[in-house]
Amino acid sequence: MAEAKVTTIDGNEAAADVAFRLNEVCAIYPITPSSTMAELADQWTSEGRTNIWGNVPDVVAMQSEAGAAGAVHGALQAGALTTTFTASQGLMLMIPNMYKIAGELTACVFHVAARALATHGLSIFGDQADVMAVRPTGFAQLASSSVQEAHDMALIAQAATLQARVPFIHFFDGFRTSHEVNKVTLLPDDVLRAMIDDDLVLAHRRRALNPDNPFIRGTAQNPDVYFQGREACSPFYAAVPGIVEATMEKFGDLTGRRYRLFEYFGAPDAERVIVLMGSGAEAARETVEFLSERGESVGVVQIHLYRPFSARHFFAALPPSVRAVAVLDRTKEPGSTGEPLYQDVTVALAEAAADGTWSGSRLPRVIGGRYGLSSKEFSPGMIKAVFDELAKDKPKNHFTVGIVDDVSHSSLDYDPSFSTEGEDVFRAMFYGLGADGTVGANKNTIKIIGEDPEFYAQGYFVYDSKKSGSQTVSHVRFGRKPIRSTYLIDTANFIGCHQFNFIEKMDVLAHAAPGATVLLNSPYGQKEVWSKLPRNVQQQIIDKKLKLFIIDGAQVAREAGMGSRTNTIMQTCFFAISGVMPRDQAIAKIKKSIEKTYGIKGEEVVRKNFDAVDHTIAHLYELEVPDTVTSTIEMARVVPPEAPDFVQKVTAMMMAGRGDELPVSALPVDGTFPSGTTKWEKRNISSFVPIWEPDICIQCGNCSFVCPHGVIRSKVYNQSLLEGAPETFKSAPIDIRGFPETRYTLQIYVEDCTGCTLCVEVCPAKSKEETGKKAINMGWKEPVLAGEKESISFFETLPVNDRSRVDFSTVRGTQFLEPLFEFSGACAGCGETPYVKLLSQLFGDRLMVANATGCSSIYGGNLPTTPWTVNHEGRGPSWANSLFEDNAEFGFGMRLATDMQLREAARLLKSLEAELGDELVDALINAPQITETQIRRQRERVAELKKRLVALDGPATKHLLSIAEQFVRRSVWLLGGDGWAYDIGSSGVDHVLASGRDVNILVLDTEVYSNTGGQASKSTPIGAVAKFANAGKQVGKKDLALQAISYGNVYVARVAMGANPQQTLLAFREAEAYSGPSLILAYSHCIAHGINMQHGLDQQSRAVHCGHWPLMRYNPDVRLAGENPFSLDSPRPTIKVKEYAEHELRYRMLYRTNPKEADMLMDMAQRGIDQKWKLYEEMAATGRG
Amino acid sequence: MDLKTTYLGMDLKHPVVASAGPLSATLDGIKRLEDGGAAAVVLFSLFEEQIRYENESFDYLIDQGADRFAESLSYFPAVEDYHVGPEKYLNLVRQASESCDIPIIGSLNGISDKGWTEYAKDIQSAGARALELNIFYIPADISLSGREVEERYLQVVRKVKGAVAIPVAVKMSPFFSSIGEMARRFVDDGADGLVLFNRFYQPDFDLDALEVMPNLELSAPSEIRLPLLWIAVLHGRLNCSLAATRGVQTGTEVVKYLMAGADAVMTTSALLRHGAGYAKTLVDDLERWMERRDYASVAQMKGSMSQQKVADPSAFERANYIKVLESYKTPYLV
Repeated sequence: MAEAKVTTIDGNEAAADVAFRLNEVCAIYPITPSSTMAELADQWTSEGRTNIWGNVPDVVAMQSEAGAAGAVHGALQAGALTTTFTASQGLMLMIPNMYKIAGELTACVFHVAARALATHGLSIFGDQADVMAVRPTGFAQLASSSVQEAHDMALIAQAATLQARVPFIHFFDGFRTSHEVNKVTLLPDDVLRAMIDDDLVLAHRRRALNPDNPFIRGTAQNPDVYFQGREACSPFYAAVPGIVEATMEKFGDLTGRRYRLFEYFGAPDAERVIVLMGSGAEAARETVEFLSERGESVGVVQIHLYRPFSARHFFAALPPSVRAVAVLDRTKEPGSTGEPLYQDVTVALAEAAADGTWSGSRLPRVIGGRYGLSSKEFSPGMIKAVFDELAKDKPKNHFTVGIVDDVSHSSLDYDPSFSTEGEDVFRAMFYGLGADGTVGANKNTIKIIGEDPEFYAQGYFVYDSKKSGSQTVSHVRFGRKPIRSTYLIDTANFIGCHQFNFIEKMDVLAHAAPGATVLLNSPYGQKEVWSKLPRNVQQQIIDKKLKLFIIDGAQVAREAGMGSRTNTIMQTCFFAISGVMPRDQAIAKIKKSIEKTYGIKGEEVVRKNFDAVDHTIAHLYELEVPDTVTSTIEMARVVPPEAPDFVQKVTAMMMAGRGDELPVSALPVDGTFPSGTTKWEKRNISSFVPIWEPDICIQCGNCSFVCPHGVIRSKVYNQSLLEGAPETFKSAPIDIRGFPETRYTLQIYVEDCTGCTLCVEVCPAKSKEETGKKAINMGWKEPVLAGEKESISFFETLPVNDRSRVDFSTVRGTQFLEPLFEFSGACAGCGETPYVKLLSQLFGDRLMVANATGCSSIYGGNLPTTPWTVNHEGRGPSWANSLFEDNAEFGFGMRLATDMQLREAARLLKSLEAELGDELVDALINAPQITETQIRRQRERVAELKKRLVALDGPATKHLLSIAEQFVRRSVWLLGGDGWAYDIGSSGVDHVLASGRDVNILVLDTEVYSNTGGQASKSTPIGAVAKFANAGKQVGKKDLALQAISYGNVYVARVAMGANPQQTLLAFREAEAYSGPSLILAYSHCIAHGINMQHGLDQQSRAVHCGHWPLMRYNPDVRLAGENPFSLDSPRPTIKVKEYAEHELRYRMLYRTNPKEADMLMDMAQRGIDQKWKLYEEMAATGRG
Repeated sequence: MDLKTTYLGMDLKHPVVASAGPLSATLDGIKRLEDGGAAAVVLFSLFEEQIRYENESFDYLIDQGADRFAESLSYFPAVEDYHVGPEKYLNLVRQASESCDIPIIGSLNGISDKGWTEYAKDIQSAGARALELNIFYIPADISLSGREVEERYLQVVRKVKGAVAIPVAVKMSPFFSSIGEMARRFVDDGADGLVLFNRFYQPDFDLDALEVMPNLELSAPSEIRLPLLWIAVLHGRLNCSLAATRGVQTGTEVVKYLMAGADAVMTTSALLRHGAGYAKTLVDDLERWMERRDYASVAQMKGSMSQQKVADPSAFERANYIKVLESYKTPYLV
């Protein structure tokens, strides 16, 4: 056998590495946290990596997990060894095919990074709800609890399935295992070959569909035989445990790593035993070892083969001395007699007792509990609490651990300070920004240390819920023994605070162990830095006797020409002061790793990083810590006192990173949260903000229109209202004749600005004396912050402009409409959110939004704070996210309910006509509601109706009161990205467009799966490189507009705000006014395009001017008027597509990796554009396609 | 008729050379230039700054959204063979040198010492017969003296000459106070040839957008005057090759430059305007003119109107100006 290679990788890579080498076909679809497995498989195929038979597997991205499962099923039936990778909702979509695959006894393995299911809320994090939901499908289930196991079990599952013919799910906990970086011994190809019996592979092929040996499979069966046929598979399931056991035996012989179906760890005479599977078993094992050494009679049974559940093997694993068992499930099954694993264990024991096969003296008491849902921590303290509970005379059953359940009182108390970690493990925590490269540096550090055969290393990374200005916390452990601590670090020997402002916002030293080393990246010099620390930070440093090291990372980065990236600098500091490795040796390794990591990016990048390393040591110093606390700086308040009660008590806790402390009673029972909470979270993520120059401004509203984050607001008001304005408050006379006493103010909400600079880019007004100065310019925030806060407060006292007096038809007019989508956590300079904000401005007070899962549902609905808000009257968009695939149907359902209730309201109104008055009834039903004035009058009528109804009595009255608001026309919008509209939700979008009902579909088209990290969709243009299209997309994007136009009765528009904001505005208004279905395709520049987001609008313009994104509208109402419904709104292309493409990394990458292919695809793109343009011109000229 | 000339020690079948420009950016373009009749091709410049920019922008753009949000820890596939650095350019030099019969001259625009020397060595190793230094420096720092600026140029020449064995030509700026002295110092410090003159990027204003915009126009025949003057002045006085560039549109400019003393006459604008095959037209024009005037060889006419060879050498100096003034005087008005 070849010598096994040792490396540090994450669980996804560990599993995918084996799966790829053992399969011929992979049908894939991205879903967190499993996407990496699919991405790696696709990448390896594009690199020509082969499986153990010497073939390059065919990796194919499908339109959904349902599609992937179908393709898997088909490939299996045709004889290919086939796999897929998925999680959560993806696995749910695979269920129908899973029944088929299992029912047909087809050998295969699905690799699952187990994740929570969307219930009261979506969660991307790890638990086992998904794999538990597919128990009935007939798939065997093999669980891994560590990164090494994810690697090993991937092989064991594949070997076993080929022999058993029963398909397998191989799962491991999402994030905790899938994303944990740990040291792994890789399986060489010859071990894989030794484990996979080629005769079984040939047998698999022989069972395939083959016209030379035809048969049929998938018959429709009747009551006479279906049942018997269903039972025919039973022997195969009965054989699985034995097969897996033998496979594990063989694996152990080959590798030395021995596994069992049920592993037992602990005292041989243990009385209290925990049973569980997945990553929690590692922490449980660690805790059992700790407690056993201290004389406690405890043990843990870790389950590998969960399905088929072999009671025999389970009993063999349990020590005969066991008196009490706690079965832990990482899922919740409401209304059940207990969670799945608990049920299995109790049934197995009950059956054993009943049939006399239980060998122990008496049956143990069994209790079940839930833990770790959605990656909730599962720590030694919690595990000890379970053991303690088992020691009680009457332990609590159906308990929870890890939360405080003050409603059903299910939770166990635990000691959070209980720790099993010894001094032999070095524990480091690093607080960084997403943008500063902290995570990348730590991954690199883990690799460096992991390469040392003496050391083991583990890394786990906690990310923010925001996409801009996001914070990261890295938990990194090193030691001389394998690290099984599958939980976050509680007390760290080393704290790295890579951003100084964190020190005021969060308690970064809370996890510092006494005597720990603290590294602080500080812009303040040696004399100043102590005085800049808040009181409690100083106190902790003194009390815990912390060693404080200071570096001005930004200065070193500047000197080394590294810009804002301080990763290499902070990494060097860590090695210099942590003592985990001799300094010189560490620096040599850092440099070697820099060459490896950055070599591909060029000599210059390497040189800069080398310079940074060399400069760092000279700038790093230890601060002599004073004896006394001198600071008067207090930690910043999380939310202001005027925030609503819920925000104070619940939201603020989440914002402060203390959401874990919230008890069950604090949370809504049904996932309903208040609107408009981002306004309470002043993130202050940008040091630069726009500064308005009233004297230069032409009041066009462009800056406000394009601001992705809703931070630029305008009001017009009578100048008399300026009385009492703070000195800093700016205003200008309104730039319209005939309003001599009217002032105009453009107010920047500086604390909410992300510094994206789109406003400055779009500003057309320049100083006459200094052309580099615009009407809005970026400037340092610090000098203006206090004044601007006062100005904002004053601005909010000014009356909101009357919607009925605002000119909705111009960009200039829209700036006076309240944005009801504000301060989202989208990427700085996001290309989607300006459209969303515009939607909220135009129709927000009567808007219902169905939002497909994706970027827009994350920046729109990810806790703790959400951006959809209410206007000054308390009205605002009502927003919900169902799933990814069903959003068109979900929104359509909203329309159906709205229409139904409106009809019912009209019927009830008619029935009460005599009491309510003819005039009011007639107007409520028939008055037009197109303009804002008309809608306002209708609101008055509804108010009047309610007033009159209150005075009446009877069931009809009550019913009408409950739905009277439906008389104000509701605007139903279905939002989502191209992944939804072009791929997974395509059939729903198509069906809803074909319905003829009044729904509006807004596709925020980034031409890629943005939220899951840049996978190609059917909207991805030809020649663009994306994940799943490593070699450049080979075919052109789908023309969804033409597809929709073909119905004839669908309003269709293609818009790009950066090219023609007025056309965008017109399209939104026309779509909404159209009484049938509407579709707007909105070009949304995106970070996944590989552009400087500051120039996103320019790039939109290029997309239009090269003909890649022709602006158009198709309005069926115009056809009814006898005119051409198709209007081509952009001029004939003035630049070639290459001129547009060369500004984006997604295209440039291919020019670097494969210039010939890039040229060929770009030529095809150009020809495609030329042909499409001709077609569009013909349509514009003739009205025909 | 003997059209042969020697430039940077290389024997050329005639003096018309394609200068650095977009046509020589691809192998196909270079072959078309050869097929079109060019006697040698100076490749478009390898810009160190461009390589740096590409690397840095790649580094920035690929990482700008990485490790920020749990669902999207990266936005691009991992790419193993993303070519950065001068490889693409060097491949072009290599392929062109191997597949063309005419000499291939590399062109380099560096910004760092290492960039100048390392890339020069790379270009040499890739097979270039000679190297042209496209030194581009705008001394926007108003505290910098003329001597300091000159020293920067000379330093580049010394370093590159110290690094490579192939002939090195300097594409000169016309903006030195004493062009003749500067030319001599270039040669003293090792330059094997001088190309007169480089055309620099001189931005324009966009009056609609009130922005400074890049603008590079193709050269016009009237632009030959300045190089013509200096080639005529320098011919015979320096121990180096001289190449003329700027303003070549017809055979007339070729003839003029040769008579001033150029060893080679370069053009990009004419080839861009009329296509790669236009080099042959220029050579034909030259040949016809020589036939008409009964010249047997290019060598015969080379430098025949240089300052040293004309009847009135002062015509290249003060007299040139006076002659212009005198032309207003008609002999018919006494």
